[in-house]
Amino acid sequence: MCLAIPAEVVEVEWPYATVDMKGAKRKVRVDLLDDVKVGDYVLIHVGLAIQKVSKEEVEEIDRLWQKILEE
Amino acid sequence: MAEDTGRIVRKIEELSEGQEINLMHLCGTHEDTISKYNLRSILPPNVKLLSGPGCPVCIIPDTDLQEVFHLLENRDVILTTFGDMARVPFEDRSLFYYRSKGKDVRIVYSVFDAVEIAKREDKDVVFFGIGFETTMPSIAVAIKDSPENFYVYSAHRFFIPAIEALVSEDMKIDGFINPGHVSTIVGVKAYERYRKYGIPMAIAGFEPQDVLLAVYMLVRAVKENDGGIFNEYTRAVKYEGNVKAQEVMNEVFYSRDGEWRGLGTIPETGVGIRNDFEEKDAEKVFEDVFENFAPKEDKRKKHCRCGEVLKGLITPKDCRLFMTACTPRNPIGPCMVSFEGTCNIWAKYSIS
Repeated sequence: MCLAIPAEVVEVEWPYATVDMKGAKRKVRVDLLDDVKVGDYVLIHVGLAIQKVSKEEVEEIDRLWQKILEE
Repeated sequence: MAEDTGRIVRKIEELSEGQEINLMHLCGTHEDTISKYNLRSILPPNVKLLSGPGCPVCIIPDTDLQEVFHLLENRDVILTTFGDMARVPFEDRSLFYYRSKGKDVRIVYSVFDAVEIAKREDKDVVFFGIGFETTMPSIAVAIKDSPENFYVYSAHRFFIPAIEALVSEDMKIDGFINPGHVSTIVGVKAYERYRKYGIPMAIAGFEPQDVLLAVYMLVRAVKENDGGIFNEYTRAVKYEGNVKAQEVMNEVFYSRDGEWRGLGTIPETGVGIRNDFEEKDAEKVFEDVFENFAPKEDKRKKHCRCGEVLKGLITPKDCRLFMTACTPRNPIGPCMVSFEGTCNIWAKYSIS
């Protein structure tokens, strides 16, 4: 339950946004973050975006995941 | 990556040589990472990773669970909660048991799904709210923005003040691995109050590399006698945390004494709903139902050692019920139910 998953914002309808979690799209609330835009990456925890994260960092996590999955 | 892992582990070995170092993590998801990647097996035997009370389902005492059962028995409501909670047994009943008996119990992914149910239905919808500071902001937002027939039974707990109890317990903990997503909300600053104890803390993310790096930071700090607060998870945790989330959490909730399974009552950790939002507070709205409630003991849990597992005093294997009477399919204690419970995780990865 304490997991939070990084996701890309694909549409903003304040206070909601549609995010893409690696292909799974979901409507979440984003009103506890400032200035959320399409293309931003956010950490989603039980339907709420709790922090913005940088794209580079998300890509780094993706790279690690990929590597683990291939091992 | 494997090469880097080996280098970090060697550094940990060098720094910890000749010293017994006990590090406690405070998040069930950390236990999952540690067990899944078998990190304990690659660390030197003198560096121990203890499992702490970081599973929100596990620390909910039976009293809260029984109160929710009592509400379901006495009022025709739609009860919503997270999946883990619905399987926690008290005697031979759980929320899923009530569902099988025709009660309207629904599992949701987020509190906002419960709000949507309330918008669609005429009946009263009660959300059985559990979780720490990571989860509470979403519940606070829902309380502020939901229809009249939506209520919250708050079994949340403030995690940060609970660390005080772990430090004061008679346990030898040389360092803490702090929860990544609780910290995303409360920030590094929330731990400043613990500097006085001189026990290092490292906020960590959830990849195996994150945990190993946090272990390295802590072992180095122990060696250097540095009781500082370190942030390994800089990609998600800022010094101030998420201030808006803190504000909404404090606007809606207040702290009171809170009971924890295994740890007893810890001041400041219980979470009440402020009077300004009392029309959303299931405890007050259904006060008449709770008036004749009297908690009982669950005889089945007599030998369950979940409380000691939550304090890192024993491992699941030390409990005689582990994988005998108590299994993931037929759990007795919540540590075997929840995906963040240490017993469930050890069972899942067949640690024996």
